[in-house]
Amino acid sequence: MNGSTRAPWLRSYALLVFLFLYLPIAILILYSFNGGGIGGFPPKNLTLDWYRMLWDDRAIWDSVLNSVIVAAFAVVLSLLFGVPAALALDRASFPGKGLFRRLVLLPLILPGIITGLSLLMLFVAAGLRLSLLTIALGHGTALIAVAVTEVYAGVLKMDRGLEEASLDLGASYWQTFRRVTLPHLRLSIIGAALLIFTLSMDEIAVSFFLVGRENTLPLEIWSRLRRGMTPEINAISTLIFVFSLSSIVLWYRIRTREEGGLVEAQVLEPQSHGGNI
Amino acid sequence: MYTRTYKTAVAVPPLLWVSTFLLLAYLLLFLHSFWSVQDGQIVHHWSLSNYRTLATQPLYLEVLWRSTKIAGAVTLLSLALGYPLAYYLSFYSRRKMLLYQLVIIPLWVSYLVRAYAWKTILGSDGVLNTLLQYVHLTDAPVSALLYSPFAVILTLTHIYTPFAFLPIFAALEHIPRHLVESSSDLGASPRQTFWRVVMPLSLPGVIAGATFAFVLSLGDFLAPLLVGGSSGIMISNVVVSLFGAAYDWPLGAAVSLAMLLLVLLLLWLTESLEKRWSHA
Repeated sequence: MNGSTRAPWLRSYALLVFLFLYLPIAILILYSFNGGGIGGFPPKNLTLDWYRMLWDDRAIWDSVLNSVIVAAFAVVLSLLFGVPAALALDRASFPGKGLFRRLVLLPLILPGIITGLSLLMLFVAAGLRLSLLTIALGHGTALIAVAVTEVYAGVLKMDRGLEEASLDLGASYWQTFRRVTLPHLRLSIIGAALLIFTLSMDEIAVSFFLVGRENTLPLEIWSRLRRGMTPEINAISTLIFVFSLSSIVLWYRIRTREEGGLVEAQVLEPQSHGGNI
Repeated sequence: MYTRTYKTAVAVPPLLWVSTFLLLAYLLLFLHSFWSVQDGQIVHHWSLSNYRTLATQPLYLEVLWRSTKIAGAVTLLSLALGYPLAYYLSFYSRRKMLLYQLVIIPLWVSYLVRAYAWKTILGSDGVLNTLLQYVHLTDAPVSALLYSPFAVILTLTHIYTPFAFLPIFAALEHIPRHLVESSSDLGASPRQTFWRVVMPLSLPGVIAGATFAFVLSLGDFLAPLLVGGSSGIMISNVVVSLFGAAYDWPLGAAVSLAMLLLVLLLLWLTESLEKRWSHA
């Protein structure tokens, strides 16, 4: 049964689902080259004008830079707390551990709007002015969930005997952590970092509530969409798509090089996405 | 082998951070829902008045009900698309892993980009309408395509089908193939094998996928704003306007809490269902 293709109906159905998943993206990309604007069939006067316009668009590139800063901050913050949290969940027992686990994962499960609002209230109560910093704190906190799940999976696969040996041979905990634990978790940590970076670059629901004066890229696109649509947005969307694809390929390369084969390679699964970190 | 110091060192910093930035934040949402606004100021005056408003003004319940219906439709459609796809990939495809990656890739495409793509397709001078006119199926643009609950459902289904697919595929992959083979060896037709063996064993995946699709689409507020129009307004849009122009944070908090409660109830329900199945 396995491996056979004696299911013509099912096969056609699967093909249709793939069409449904990819057609909008293909149209989006195609129309980024359309001289006639965002709609209109058939597309005509293929042009690179929209990309040229995009290239000269300072506001967009400023927001890209903002997004990169926010995402980098979010990666550092979520790993800073996510790695120890994963170790703690595996090795320590403390009161409220069950609650802690649920709480950490909550931003991944809840609609982004709830996490966004709650953080807004917290920052306002703390008298913090809304800015890129508040967005970065929000992303970093919400994405601890991703760091924990990715790194925890790595911790489970790790051979504890190695750490034990290191400690027995007189290394301190800190040395053991740096020389044994971290190198073993490297792959999970890199994977988590890539995933967190990409999710943060794309995040909009939480940012929506925490934004100050400076926009992140999705918020900049959002504010333009409200003013009217131009194929320039198709162009930036196409670039985002290419960027996302490259990060998957990059992840693959790292993974296959480390593991020496494609057999076990699995692409990261963004647990939750977009509007909902 | 891990000393107390080690355990404290790894547990305390994340515990503190998460308690401050998540627990306290969610708690503030809860507290706000009992406060109220007077003369443009939030006053810490405890009452259930926000919840009373919620229960008595039909607007809120109507929108909540509509959001539930939209999310329900998205869930059903995502399953209807995701399940056969997962089944095909797991049982029939020769290039399973490649196709699997192909399902995942759209997840990496910006959420906003995908919603925007639908807007360019469904608009009155969008791709679909001009195509219909180009092939002379219609003379005038079909305006019902965009700014309708239909557009919201379509867009959200596109966004959340991969989410429904993932756990279903995982569940199907875990079904021992010898079970399927013995079923057919013992004379069951492919149809019987599917309904009596494969389907029941994949149910936990279906439930996980359905939960994802439902919860995520229930709380969505960007797709409705982008493609929904006034008839596609969902509960999160009400919350957004209460936090924005209307400046009634306490009422907004109460509405979000109602949504949160619905979500938590659902999560609890599916978790207990899964537990029950894994014991059976």
